[in-house]
Amino acid sequence: MARRFDAGYYFSEGFHSIFTHGFMSFAAVCMIVACLLIMGSFSLLAVNLDHMLGDLEAENEFLAYIDENYTEEQALGLQAEIEAIPNVSKVTFVTRAQALEDWKEGREQNDLLDSLQPEVLRDRYRIHVSDIEQLGQTVDQVELIQGVADTSVALEIAQGFVLVRNIATGVAAVLIGILLIVSLFIIANTIKLATFYRREEIAIMKMCGATNAFVQWPFVVEGMLLGLTGALIAFFAQWGIYQLVAKLVIQGNGLSLVTVTSYLSMARNILAVFCGTGALIGVGGSLLAIRKFLQV
Amino acid sequence: MIRLIDVYKEYDNGTKALKGVNMRIDDGEFVFLVGPSGSGKSTVIKLITGEIAATQGKLMVNGYSLNNIAPRQIPYMRRTLGIIFQDFRLIEKKTVYENLSFAMRAIGASPREVRRRIPYVLQLVGLDQKADRYPGQLSGGEQQRVAIARALVNNPSMIIADEPTGNLDPQRSLEIMMLLERINELGTTMLVVTHEKNLVNRFAKRVVAIENGRIISDETGGYYNGEKI
Ligand SMILES: Nc1ncnc2c1ncn2[C@@H]1O[C@H](COP(=O)(O)OP(=O)(O)OP(=O)(O)O)[C@@H](O)[C@H]1O
Ligand SMILES: [Mg+2]
Repeated sequence: MARRFDAGYYFSEGFHSIFTHGFMSFAAVCMIVACLLIMGSFSLLAVNLDHMLGDLEAENEFLAYIDENYTEEQALGLQAEIEAIPNVSKVTFVTRAQALEDWKEGREQNDLLDSLQPEVLRDRYRIHVSDIEQLGQTVDQVELIQGVADTSVALEIAQGFVLVRNIATGVAAVLIGILLIVSLFIIANTIKLATFYRREEIAIMKMCGATNAFVQWPFVVEGMLLGLTGALIAFFAQWGIYQLVAKLVIQGNGLSLVTVTSYLSMARNILAVFCGTGALIGVGGSLLAIRKFLQV
Repeated sequence: MIRLIDVYKEYDNGTKALKGVNMRIDDGEFVFLVGPSGSGKSTVIKLITGEIAATQGKLMVNGYSLNNIAPRQIPYMRRTLGIIFQDFRLIEKKTVYENLSFAMRAIGASPREVRRRIPYVLQLVGLDQKADRYPGQLSGGEQQRVAIARALVNNPSMIIADEPTGNLDPQRSLEIMMLLERINELGTTMLVVTHEKNLVNRFAKRVVAIENGRIISDETGGYYNGEKI
């Protein structure tokens, strides 16, 4: 008789098997949901921090103030020296008069302003860096240049973001690793239970001459269905959690630095990653459980 | 076709179940394998079905050499055999018909082949009226007929039965044995393990007697324990 890939059979067997040991299936799905949610939450945090870092990097500049005793020509002479520093991408000279004008903009109401003289503000360079993670070193190097009196830099914020992002990525990686392994074993146990419930049928199938692949497929399908179910639930739960957290963050946030990327703009990717991971855990777990059927 | 050449089987715990068995069964034969409890009858059956491997010796089953068969070939070897046990081994939550279709689908039969084959086999074992019953709604003899139908459904060249009448009363046992004889007459080779002296002697068939892991007699015409009837 012909060897056929009987997808309908595998699917219906796998599907029904889920309900013969409902509690274990439920536990397995919950585990997958938890795993995906934690994985998703950390990944989304990392994505958002990355976006914010990107925003920062778009204006990743700092100011280098020139010694008050330098003339404008002398100050201009420093440009080449600053440009020679590796991480510096763009250097713009701003005279003290110009700086004052910029500063005054929108602040006419302020009386104190009149007392402020251009001399108080110094000539300065607006310096862009290409890599914000190396901002600290670049600032140090600029400060070493003769004639640079001082620098003004939002270093703490940049470093804070980098640190949080790196921690989030690291924690996410470790957690994801642990949870993947735990989910894999939970699925494997669920499928083992499924094979236990059906041990008589398996014995009869093998007696009749069923191939290992034929015996295994329904369980692989079962694992995959559990994984995909978990993925779908996690996708919607993640959505809810994300909206909630985003609302709280935007409400409680005075810093205009914090922006939140919309869930919908990432929905397709999230769904794909969740389903892929869920299916992978499911199939991996069931293969782990039915490995013994590979031997006769 | 079965060949056992100088087969030894020692179980992991050291029990020497077979001590140099030679046996040859040709296509179309009907053979009783008899012997006292613990003599090694089931061990022979398990070796033939590939459930266990011989410690030593050569085994050939329907053209497959079990000494160097690839594991992935074992299912195909098994498809040439129909296997029947004392305890029927039916799936309780499936009907008679479903039990048979389950066995057919297990080897990839199409729904069309299933629909065509099952009525014929059920009629052969006399259960065509009970296709929709569950095993629990059948007598022991009827359940064993379902098991026989399942063994037949994939059209094997040989049926191997390990004490098929062990759980049945004498009348039911006789009926089952007559059914197996009928199936043999239709061309299926038959190897039947049994304890039942009277039954063996009623059918003048070839009888292979095994004792303590060795074949002690192999004659045609109704021998049991060396006693000719
Ligand atoms: N899995 C096993 N592990 C160890 N010893 C075994 C195993 N199976 C059978 N034996 C031993 O091998 C010997 C032969 O057993 P076997 O089952 O072949 O006997 P049998 O002739 O079928 O007996 P019965 O008529 O009672 O079914 C016995 O001594 C038995 O105890
Ligand atoms: Mg036995």
